[in-house]
Amino acid sequence: MTNSLLEMRDLEVAFTLGKQDYPALQQMTFQIGEKETVGIVGESGCGKSLTSLSIMGLLPGTAKITKGEIRLDGKSLVTSSAQQWSGVRGKDITMIFQDPMTALNPLMPVGKQIAEMALLHLGVSRKEARQLALDMMAKVGLSRVDRLYGDYPHQLSGGMMQRIMIAMALICQPKLLIADEPTTALDVTIQAQILNLLRDMNHSTGTAMLFISHDLGVIREVCDRVIVMYAGYMVEEAPVEELLDHPRHPYTAGLLQSLPGADKRGRILYTIPGRVPPLTGRRTGCPFAGRCPSATAICAAEVPQMKKAGEQHLVRCHLVAG
Amino acid sequence: MNRELLKVSGLTKHYPLPRQGLMEKKQVVRAVDGISFRIREGEIFGLVGESGCGKSTTGQMLVQLVKQTEGELYFQGEPVSGLSESRMKALRRDIQIVFQDPYSSLNPKKTIGWTLEEPLIIHRIGDKLQRRKIVSETLEQVGLDASYMDRYPHELSGGQKQRVGIAAALVLEPKFIVIDEAVSALDVSVQSQILNLLKELQEKRGLTYLFISHDLNVVEYISDRIGVMYLGKIVEIFEAGVADKGPLHPYTRALFSAVPDVHKRKEHAVLQGDVPNPIEPPGGCAFHPRCPAVMDICRSEVPQLRKVGSGHEVSCHIYAEGE
Ligand SMILES: Nc1ncnc2c1ncn2[C@@H]1O[C@H](COP(=O)(O)OP(=O)(O)O)[C@@H](O)[C@H]1O
Ligand SMILES: Nc1ncnc2c1ncn2[C@@H]1O[C@H](COP(=O)(O)OP(=O)(O)O)[C@@H](O)[C@H]1O
Ligand SMILES: [Mg+2]
Ligand SMILES: [Mg+2]
Repeated sequence: MTNSLLEMRDLEVAFTLGKQDYPALQQMTFQIGEKETVGIVGESGCGKSLTSLSIMGLLPGTAKITKGEIRLDGKSLVTSSAQQWSGVRGKDITMIFQDPMTALNPLMPVGKQIAEMALLHLGVSRKEARQLALDMMAKVGLSRVDRLYGDYPHQLSGGMMQRIMIAMALICQPKLLIADEPTTALDVTIQAQILNLLRDMNHSTGTAMLFISHDLGVIREVCDRVIVMYAGYMVEEAPVEELLDHPRHPYTAGLLQSLPGADKRGRILYTIPGRVPPLTGRRTGCPFAGRCPSATAICAAEVPQMKKAGEQHLVRCHLVAG
Repeated sequence: MNRELLKVSGLTKHYPLPRQGLMEKKQVVRAVDGISFRIREGEIFGLVGESGCGKSTTGQMLVQLVKQTEGELYFQGEPVSGLSESRMKALRRDIQIVFQDPYSSLNPKKTIGWTLEEPLIIHRIGDKLQRRKIVSETLEQVGLDASYMDRYPHELSGGQKQRVGIAAALVLEPKFIVIDEAVSALDVSVQSQILNLLKELQEKRGLTYLFISHDLNVVEYISDRIGVMYLGKIVEIFEAGVADKGPLHPYTRALFSAVPDVHKRKEHAVLQGDVPNPIEPPGGCAFHPRCPAVMDICRSEVPQLRKVGSGHEVSCHIYAEGE
C-alpha cells in the first residue's frame, strides 16, 4: 500500500432515536492510500452511506460520531470545526451520488454549477472558472460543451448528468472522491461508460476513490481493495480478487453464492435465511450470527475482532483461524 | 409442454403527446412499435432492454392494462380482441401481473387478507369460508403463514411485500404471469429467495411467465428464451444458456458485454452515446447511430426479425440472407 491518505480508526456513529442511542457504525477501521480505489460493498442498511457521510462531515442531525477518529493527510477531521470541515469538503474530498438530480440545482445551468465550484475553491476569476469548467466537461467525455454549458439539468440524460456531477467533483483536483452507488440508477451500457470514465480519471489525475456499491461485479471492475459491511460493522477486507475468489467470511461467501447468473441455470440459488436486522433490532455478539449457517455459542455472545486471514486479508469471524 | 400459449403479432403502442402549438404536427411516443413473438406453455420468456425500450408497456398490453394501438394478442390460439364479455372475464383470471413495487399494488389501509380476497369476490369464487381457505393456502405457497392475513402492508419487509404481490397474482390460479422487474429492488440475499420461489411455483403449477428485467444476470439465470428490445422493437430472440447459440445482434452483444462479471475483470466494448428519443427514432435500423458494425443499408432500411436458427431470430442486416 502507498502512503495513507485517509485513515478511519475505530469510528462509531450512533443515532439518537427517542431517548436511546443506537449505534449504526461500529469499530470502523480502514485506510485509503494515495491514488487507491477502495470499495465498500453490502446490502442496503448496512452503513455504507453513513460511512461516507461521516467522512464528509454531513451526518444527519440525529446521528453523531460517538467514538473514533477520521484523518485526512494526518489531520483530524473529527476535531476540526464545522468551518474547517467545510473547507475540506468540496475541495479535498468531494462526493457523487446515485441520483445527480438531488445534488444539482435545477434552476442553474449545469456548466455554471461546475464553474461555481472552481470559483468557490480555487480563487480564479469568473472567466477562468468558465474555461476550467468547459475543459473539465470535455475531459469527462461530454461533447459540444459550449452549448451544453447553458443547459439545465432536466434537459440532460441520466448518464450526462452523472458526467456533470463527476466534472463538478473533480474540477478542484480533490485528493479523495467518494462515489456512493454512482451507477445504480443507470442502464448497463451507460454504467459501463461511467465506470470507464471513473477508472480513467483515477489513473490520469491520481485522485483516490472510495467507491460504494451493492453490486459485486461493479466492485470487481473498479476497486483495488474491498471492504464488506454487515449491520454497521466491517466484516471482511481484502484486495478485490482475493476477496471475491477466496471469501472467508460466511456472509461474503453467502452473498457470492446467492448471485443469479448464467452459470447457475437450472439450479436452486443459495439463500441466506432471514434479513438484515434493523438498527433498533441489533443484538450483542457477531452481527451475522442470527443468519450464519455455522454459528456457535461464542458467536451469539461476543463480537469477533477483525483478524488476519492472509497477507492483506482481514476477517471478523470467530470461526476463521487467525 | 410445447403448445403455444400466447402469441403477439405486430403489437404496437403509440402514446400521443400533447400538441405543442396549432401548427405543430401531432407527435407520438413509439413505446412499442410492432413486435411479434410466441410463448409456449410452461416457458419462461425473458424480456430485456434498457429503460424506456418498451418492456413494461408490452407487459401491460398482455394483461389488458393498456390497450394496443395496433396488432393482435392471441391467447390459447384465440384473438383477444374478438372475445365475448364472459371469455374476456376468464382471460383476466388467466393472465396476471406482478410489479416491481409491491407497495403500489397493495392498499395501505387494508389487511393483506382483504387484498388477497378481493379478486376472489370480484370473480364470485367460493363463500367467505372457502375464500379464506384459498387465501391462507396461497400465502403458504409463497412462504408466509396464515397470520399474515391480518397484517397491513407497512408491517412487512420488502421481501415479504413481494411475496404478497406474488400471492395476489396467484390467488385466481392463472396460467400466465407477467413479472415486471419484481426482484429488481431487492437485496441479493432476498432476491435469491424470491427467484427460487418464482421458479418453484412455475414448476409446481406449470405456469408460464413473461419475465421482464433490466438485470441480465437474473434473466439469464431464469429464462428459457430471451427477447431483447431496443426503442420499442424486438431486435433478437434467442435461447438462454446454449453456449454455441449466443446472441448475434450487435446491440445484444454490447448489452451483455456491458454487464460486469463478478468472476473476472473484463474488457468490454463500450457503446457510445445514449438511447435516442422514442418520439423520433432514427430511420432505418433504430440502432444504427450507435452500432459498431453499421453499413449503408442500415441507415435507410428497417431490418425485419428473421429466423437464423432453431429458436433464434435476429433483426439485423448483417444476418439477412444474401441475395
Ligand atoms: N436519518 C436516519 N435516521 C434514522 N436511521 C437512519 C437514518 N439514516 C440511516 N439510518 C439507518 O442507518 C443504517 C445505515 O444506513 P445507510 O448508511 O444509509 O445504509 P446503506 O447506505 O448501506 O444502505 C440503516 O439501518 C438505516 O436505517
Ligand atoms: N402512459 C404513458 N404516456 C406516455 N408515454 C409513456 C407512457 N408509458 C410509457 N411511456 C413511454 O413509452 C416508452 C416505453 O416505456 P416503458 O414501457 O415503461 O419502458 P421500460 O419498461 O422498458 O422501461 C418510454 O419512452 C416511456 O416514456
Ligand atoms: Mg446508501
Ligand atoms: Mg419498466
